[in-house]
Formats: sequence, C-alpha cells, structure tokens
Amino acid sequence: MTSYLLRRLGAALITLILGSVVVFLGVHALPGDAALALAGEERSPAVLAQIRQEYGLDKPLPVQYLRYVGQALQGDFGQSTRNGSSVAAVIAERLPVTFELAVLAVLLGIAIGIPAGIASALRRGSGLDYAANGFALVGLSVPHFWLGLLLILEFAVQLHVLPASGYASPLSDPVENLRRMLLPAIVLGTGLSAVLMRQMRSSMLESLSADYVRTARAKGLPQWRVVGVHALRNSLVTVVTVLGLQLGALISGAVITEQIFVIPGFGKLLVDAVFQRDYPVIQGVTLVTVTGYVVVNLFVDLTYSLLNPRIRLSGRST
Amino acid sequence: MSALLEVDGLGVTFTTEDGPVHAVNDVSLTIQRAQILAVVGESGCGKSVTAMSIPGLLPENAQVSGSIRLEGVELTRLGAGELRRLRGKQVSVVFQEPMTSLNPAFSVGYQIVEVLRQHERLGRRTAARRAVELLELVGIPAPSRRLREYPHQLSGGMRQRVMIAIAVACSPKLLIADEPTTALDVTIQAGILDVMRTLRAELGTAIMLITHDLGVVADIADRVVVMYAGRRVEQAGVDELFAQPQHPYTLGLLGAVPRLSVTSGARGRLTEIPGMVPSLHEDPDECSFAPRCPRAAADCRAHRPALRAVRDEHLAACFHPGPVRP
Repeated sequence: MTSYLLRRLGAALITLILGSVVVFLGVHALPGDAALALAGEERSPAVLAQIRQEYGLDKPLPVQYLRYVGQALQGDFGQSTRNGSSVAAVIAERLPVTFELAVLAVLLGIAIGIPAGIASALRRGSGLDYAANGFALVGLSVPHFWLGLLLILEFAVQLHVLPASGYASPLSDPVENLRRMLLPAIVLGTGLSAVLMRQMRSSMLESLSADYVRTARAKGLPQWRVVGVHALRNSLVTVVTVLGLQLGALISGAVITEQIFVIPGFGKLLVDAVFQRDYPVIQGVTLVTVTGYVVVNLFVDLTYSLLNPRIRLSGRST
Repeated sequence: MSALLEVDGLGVTFTTEDGPVHAVNDVSLTIQRAQILAVVGESGCGKSVTAMSIPGLLPENAQVSGSIRLEGVELTRLGAGELRRLRGKQVSVVFQEPMTSLNPAFSVGYQIVEVLRQHERLGRRTAARRAVELLELVGIPAPSRRLREYPHQLSGGMRQRVMIAIAVACSPKLLIADEPTTALDVTIQAGILDVMRTLRAELGTAIMLITHDLGVVADIADRVVVMYAGRRVEQAGVDELFAQPQHPYTLGLLGAVPRLSVTSGARGRLTEIPGMVPSLHEDPDECSFAPRCPRAAADCRAHRPALRAVRDEHLAACFHPGPVRP
C-alpha cells in the first residue's frame, strides 16, 4: 500500500512539472505580444522595452519559467497584465464557483448514471434498457452550448421558473444560488451521467455473469446483496476510472457552460484572459486546472486501492 | 425412512435462438442421507444442468419439468424467496472454478461470515469464531490469519477449501459438488476428496458429485449414475458398476481411463469413443448412443431403449447390455 502510494505520488509530481512546462510554453506560443497589449496606445520602443523589463518578458524562457514556478510555489501567480490585480486572489475568488458547479454536475451525473446503468444491466434487452441507452446516446451527442440554450429557452424564457443567467453567492442566498446553478449543472451533468450510465451498464453486465456472482446466488443471498454488494463492488472499479477521466471533460465543459450562463467562474476567467492575452491569468488558471486534475486522479487511484484488495495489499508478503 | 433427495422424471429444456435444447430428459435419482452419489458423463451430457436444477440455479431460459423433492418437499413449486432460503442452508454448491468463484473484492472471512449471518442469524463475533472452525474443518492451516486474507493470496486448492467451507457453513443436508477437483493438481485433488469424506462422516452431509473423472468416482462414491446426451444410461453401486459395467458407453468411459497395471505392463492402449456427442435440439426415438456404439443394431435405431434392471440394483438403458468389452 505505502509503496503503491509513493509510486502514485511520484508520478503525480512528474505530471505536474511537465504540465507546468507545457502551460508555460503554450502561453508563449500564442500569437500576439503581451507588451503590445499592455502598452495600449503608447507604442514607442522605449515604453515597450520598459514594460518588458518590468514583467520580466525580456529574460530567456528558461529563466522566465523558473522564476514563474518559484513564485507559483509560494502562491504567487503574478499580477494580471490587464488590471494589475493579483492572479492568486482572482483565482481564489473564482475557483469556488466552478468547484460548486462541478460538484453539482458530478452529483447529478452519479445520481442519474449509476442507478440507470445498474437498472439497465439488470433488465437487459427490456424497454427500460433501450430507453436508458437512447438517453445516453443523446446525452453524449448533444453539445453543451446547445443543451444550455435549449434549457434557457424552456425554463427561463417560456416557463419563467428559473433564471436564465447570473450567479448568487451560496453564503448570502443559498436558495437563489441553487436556482441559478441548477440549469448549468444539468448541462454539465447530462453528458457525465450518460458516460457513467454506459460504463456502469457494461461493467455490471460483466460482473453479473462472473462466477463469484453465481456463488453469491448459491449462498442464498437476497438479490440486493448479490447485485448491490458482490457485483457492484467489482463494477465500480472501472466506473471510478471513467469518472476520473471525465473530470477533464467536465473542466472544459465548465468553460463553455459558464460562458452561456454568465457565471463568474474559472472557465469564464480563462476565456476572458485568453481574449485579453492576460498571460499570468492564463498560466495561473491552467496550472491550477492541471493541479486539480492530477489531484483528482491521485484520489481515483486511492479509491481503486480501497475497492481492489490486490492493489491495496501489493508489496505485502502473502 | 424416505430418501433425502428424490428426483423424478426431471426434464430441462433451454429456449435458445436456434430453438429448444433438451438438456435433460426423464432423469430420476435418489440420494440417501450421508450418501455420495456420483453423476458421470462427458461435457454437455446434462450432469451439471441436472444438479443446478435442484437449488434452482439454472438460467432464466430454462424450463424444468418433473419433480424434485428434498425430504418430501417439492422444490420445483417453491417461490423465489423460499428457494433462496434453501440455498446455502439446506442445499449448497461447490463449483468447478476455484480461481474465480470467490469474490476478489472481499476477504475470505467476510465471504464465510456472510452466509452464516444470512441463514443462521449469528452475531458478528460468533460468526467469525464459527468461520475459524470451518476453515479448520476443511484443513486450512493458521485459520484465523487466513480469515483476513483475500482470494488472490490463496492457491487454487486453498480457494476450493474455502468454497467448501462456505458451502458447509450452515451444515447443509445436501452438498452439490460440480467438478470440484477438475481444475486442481492430483495431489490437491486427494486432499479435497478427503475433506468431503470428513464432512460426510462428521456432519452426515449427502454429496452429489458431478464429475467426468472415474478415478474420483471409484475413490469416493457410493452409487453412480452415468449420463449420456441428457439421459441416464446406467445406474448402479460403485463396486457393481466397476466390476460389471453393462452399457457400451460406460465401457467406453472405463476404457478411456489410463491405468497402471503390473500384469498388462505398458502395452495396454487407451481406447477412445469414436464420434461426437449428439446435438440436443432433436430428440428422436432411438438410442442416442447408437451412432457411436460398436454394438448398435437395427433395434437400437428403431426405438429408444428404456432403463431396466439388468442385474440386481443395476439399471442400464441398452438392448445389448453386458460387461464384455467390444
């Protein structure tokens, strides 16, 4: 268990370093000159040179990178080239919004996808199975922006039951917060629930035909134990993997969803920063995203070891 | 005293896309308390289907006809809940595949305790103590340590012992062992057979042993049923069957067993049974073994021979029975 965790931690660290390099280089590969963008109307070489020196843009790339990483490790992502505010502060302000959206979407995806997948596997070939598969196909195919517009049209414009856009802090008004987060969460959660449903169905079908499930039946266990304990425990391993991988898609989905519903989250911050060539913000947001992704995958690996004793006990003598 | 298990005119038909498959036809057998009955035959002869129809563990596309009585209770008419309470408690099963029959995600102890708590309503600690006793009974050393281990940490033989421990946890009246030793080394086989003998002696468990290994049959069984293409072809006590086999199919099976003999030296050749097991889609009125039988004559192809007593306590379904090897 310990050696497994250490290996995972090491891999996560390497991923983070590589990720930060890619983020750094990626931003610099973008067309456009940050100094030009900053200078505004004032375009004289002297002003540009001064700006470059002020933001360290005149140093070689490796130096810029090391300086950037060193500061990032201290929680300093630099200042926005747009308005001079601290990138770390902006991220700290926006991150919880996207985090809430993601958590709601994951909860929704799990709440729909897992039971639907199990039911679909248990009633294979039934009308319910076909309906669930049809729903999954639609859920996977519909783009976020289209589903978002459709929901706004129906629930906000026609029925007037939910607001079309905007954000309310959960601390000051939790009910309004949920009302405003519901549609975006549905948009993000639909695709996720479809993926989870399909994975749950196929791994559940595999588990149900396994010998140990036959043993469980032969032991005279009630159906809920056979399915809900013996088959489910083994099926969840692959579902958790897929869930971990889907979180990446969730982040990119959040970028679009926040744009549609005008939610001041992480994704919107990134899009705005890209349009304004605000390098420090882009770097900060992307680096935090990469870190989040790595941490989530570390968590997925941990969950594996809880679900699968073969991983948990590896390294211990038998 | 009536028999423990009475199977009467059992038929099992599977509905498949290619039409019905008659897997088991008109099988009747009885098992007394503490008796070991071996059901022998090639793969696909219906021996496992016969066995699995007793605790109701057949797939959903199976239709069962005939009667299965355990201590006089008709099992084919029991509801799903009543059957479930019977499984693992009165009738238990040990499967062929020890490597995959235990759940890899749960400890050995959990899987034994689970069945005890389900049927005996034991508390956690009482069940855990009982689980240690069971592991001792099936000959697993250091049982309290093994209890915390997972299936992947055990060898095939050990896993099969755990399967047997689970099966006998609630002292069942009947243990169905479906090829319990097939996947194991010969030395491990002997150990498993010893465990089954101990169970019979100590718990009075009757055992229905499904196998194609006549060596195992000679070693442990009291009575033998030989099946071919979903029907019984011969039935006798184990000594009688080996001394005076009547049906040409049984003779063929015996001829295919390798044996070490001082008198015949290394010159004895194994005989094989020519041809293939017939398809079970049709059920023509002829001896199903006739196409592969050296004794087959016109009468064998005109009618199906009924099972009849050819000797004392010895049934065979053949128009031309006899112990002479073809």
